Amino acid sequence: MKTPPDRPLTRNIHRGAPHFDIAAYERADGYRAVRDTLGKTEPAAIVHMVAESGLAGCGGGGFPTGRKWQLMPGAAQRPGPRYFVVNADEMEPGTFKDRLLLEGDPHQMIEGIILSAYALEANLSYIFVRGEYVTAIERLNTAIAEATAAGLLGQNILGSGYNLSIHVHAGAGRYICGEETALLNALEGHRAIPRAKPPFPQISGLWGCPTIVNNVETICNIPHIVRYGAAWYRSLGINGGLGTKIYGVSGRVNHPGAFELPMGTTLRDMIEHHAGGMKPGYELRAVLPGGASTGFLPADQLDVSMTAQTMAAHGTRLGTGTAIVLDDHTCPIGFIANLQQFFARESCGWCAPCRDGLPWVERILKSIEAGTGVADDLDTLEDMTGNLGPGRTFCALAPGAMASLQTGLRYFSAEFTRHIETRTCAWT
Amino acid sequence: MSIVETQPPLDPAERTEIRNLLRHSPTARAAAIDALKLVQQRRRYIADDILTEIAHLLGLPVAELDGIATFYNLIYRKPVGQTVILLCDSITCWITGRDHLAQHIERRIGIKPGETSTDGRFTLLPIVCLGHCDHAPAMMANDVLHGDVDPATLDAMFDTTPLP
Repeated sequence: MKTPPDRPLTRNIHRGAPHFDIAAYERADGYRAVRDTLGKTEPAAIVHMVAESGLAGCGGGGFPTGRKWQLMPGAAQRPGPRYFVVNADEMEPGTFKDRLLLEGDPHQMIEGIILSAYALEANLSYIFVRGEYVTAIERLNTAIAEATAAGLLGQNILGSGYNLSIHVHAGAGRYICGEETALLNALEGHRAIPRAKPPFPQISGLWGCPTIVNNVETICNIPHIVRYGAAWYRSLGINGGLGTKIYGVSGRVNHPGAFELPMGTTLRDMIEHHAGGMKPGYELRAVLPGGASTGFLPADQLDVSMTAQTMAAHGTRLGTGTAIVLDDHTCPIGFIANLQQFFARESCGWCAPCRDGLPWVERILKSIEAGTGVADDLDTLEDMTGNLGPGRTFCALAPGAMASLQTGLRYFSAEFTRHIETRTCAWT
Repeated sequence: MSIVETQPPLDPAERTEIRNLLRHSPTARAAAIDALKLVQQRRRYIADDILTEIAHLLGLPVAELDGIATFYNLIYRKPVGQTVILLCDSITCWITGRDHLAQHIERRIGIKPGETSTDGRFTLLPIVCLGHCDHAPAMMANDVLHGDVDPATLDAMFDTTPLP
């Protein structure tokens, strides 16, 4: 067997070089896992292997992938259509990792889909890509055509008796489409409004049929887990993490970018080493570790490892694992106001706390920023973090929005007070 | 120079393409977004009369199709300029100066977000994170992604885009 890669997800992605077509991908051991598996390994064995690997969803939720798959009733138990859907609707502010995987190695995505759909006994798969990702859409369609011509997609794949078609659906834009049940509504041609759960999509998803929705990065791990095993995958992590993760850093750092690193790498290592540290003249004040829906980590907590468990222990979440750096030349209240403006605009409007609460939060923050805030505003904002928190809405958009507000009120209370007392923003 | 505000009815080619979408779609409703996009690609936006025609072809109530059309950011229900500028206003682009770029756009061609220049060349729209944060600030001009955008990037576009 070929030596297992230590950076499996990005092994074929080289800056400045063209992405691999099917021939190059196969020369680099690509589709080996499909050839070794289809018709030879029981689907349930793959589900078991994925569960053993400890792979967790990389789209922001972090739900264990194997457990999600195990919640889907088997094809014998529940006859009829079953769907495998890839969530490629990357829109979480500060997140740019799925674009890298889709554009950089489209065949890895296709191979991951074939193996996942085979494991789940689904014969139809949709890739829901945001419409703005025109290059990714084009490359995926080309990769699907190449794989179909090579007999890796379509009827009776490689003589295994297994059939699979993949369709690319280009979205028409809205952050909420990334919520998995809203995404299913969008695919069905409805407004993208989240559904009540239960029933979960595993039981009743696309057109009421059993459906699994997984993020791009999550699925790109599958070929490697199938090829090299769960124990190998687990061994890639450090500091209690499992596997690798495409982390990222953006903001005023020297080398913003996305980097595949062992899961469990520390924030300090990511920012100071891989992202080259802060730009000259800028100091780091705090970090949102994994997109706009995660809470702040202050500068004195950079030595924590980036795993779901440690992030939760520090009052925030791993989210998408792409960190946004708040520097000392940027107003923290302006920063939070920008995040809330995003969430207010992207609320689908279905649940009252989110539809009406987020614009209210945005208005208050902007008035504080403009120097017209009053002391009572801080109490109102504090109340909002509860009223828009978990359990008040169908989906996690509003609770995600409250993460930065709640932690921001704590870490930047002096700045909030100074804005209100001096009736001005010191940064403008 | 003004933008066309009324549109001729769907032509036979458009009707055929929508019927093709319907044939390959599991349900008529599931073809709705692709049908809107298909027509918009040719006509730049979806006028009221056209929306009604598409709804009839799909067999959906007009109000429902309008509900879908108005929900999604990339379906335009009003006329847009020849080049639609999607300027990211999410957090990393905000930190790295997207507000200055918006001001530059207003100074140069006189439009704010949601507006179209009087010569019909440009429409400026805000957009959520474009997933290009390592090259913030980012924008798209029609289907082309631009990173590390500065006033010179914008000037080059303004100076080279011909009148429609």
